Amino acid sequence: MRARVLVKPKAGILDPQGQAVERALPALGFHGVRNVAVGRMIELDLDDAEQLPEMCRRLLTNPLIEDFEIVEADDGAAP
Amino acid sequence: MIRFPGSCDEVDAQLACQRVGEAVILWHGDRDLQGVDAVVVPGGFSYGDYLRAGAIARFAPVMESVAEFANDGGIVLGICNGFQVLCEAGLLPGALLPNDHLRFIFRQVALDVVRTDSPFTRACATEPPTRQLSIPVKHMSGRYYAPDDELRRLERSGQVLLRYAPGHNPNGSLRDIAGVCNEQRNVFGLMPHPEHAVDPLTGSVDGLYLFESIRTEIDDRARLAA
Repeated sequence: MRARVLVKPKAGILDPQGQAVERALPALGFHGVRNVAVGRMIELDLDDAEQLPEMCRRLLTNPLIEDFEIVEADDGAAP
Repeated sequence: MIRFPGSCDEVDAQLACQRVGEAVILWHGDRDLQGVDAVVVPGGFSYGDYLRAGAIARFAPVMESVAEFANDGGIVLGICNGFQVLCEAGLLPGALLPNDHLRFIFRQVALDVVRTDSPFTRACATEPPTRQLSIPVKHMSGRYYAPDDELRRLERSGQVLLRYAPGHNPNGSLRDIAGVCNEQRNVFGLMPHPEHAVDPLTGSVDGLYLFESIRTEIDDRARLAA
């Protein structure tokens, strides 16, 4: 399967990247944007989806500072 | 001294150690620690710091030996990227996040020595009672973070050894923490670079206190073992 792992800073941890983006948007005329969080996305093809949470905990994220969400990608194969 | 692909401060660290003893450079792909009395995980970069700083380096073959060495009570000092590696490896508590201002910093900072009852800071235990060290920092991801309950535990058990002096916190580290050790007090990591502060030519020799501390600790251990 192809999966997408969405990684973002844990709630409550200062996210200066998110803050910088939030401050930049009004300069372009985009108003009313709040709570921006900047993280990263990891896409992968894998044989055994059951291993993915463990991969996330041990390498793809640092559980102390990051939360993750696993999304099944519908495109089936790598682009 | 461990050398990872991307390390760049291992030679300075070696020169600093050579002021108090002998020092060899250990290759990251080599499991043999060559019988050293202490390991320095130096600063710079490691494996491109892909994913997160230190995240890949912790899987280096040499790090298995370093973990065993540390679990047996061996002295391990992590500087900057080395601190990040030791946190990622679970040998030290907490994590290092991008600086709060998102900029690279390179400047001299003042550090308060919080505890001198450790193998790394024992040489600081002289007059005046609270010694302040002047040591440079140079990093992009040095904001120390640990959850609240963990921070309280670290403070209670005296694991915070160095703090940025008031007004000197360069990166938004929680509780101004510049360096922490593990519960057993034999593994220590700090963001500032003591190896860059060992020669009057570069303005401060305060980094030598840490290397002298380690030297004294090694001598004491050898005496006890004899």
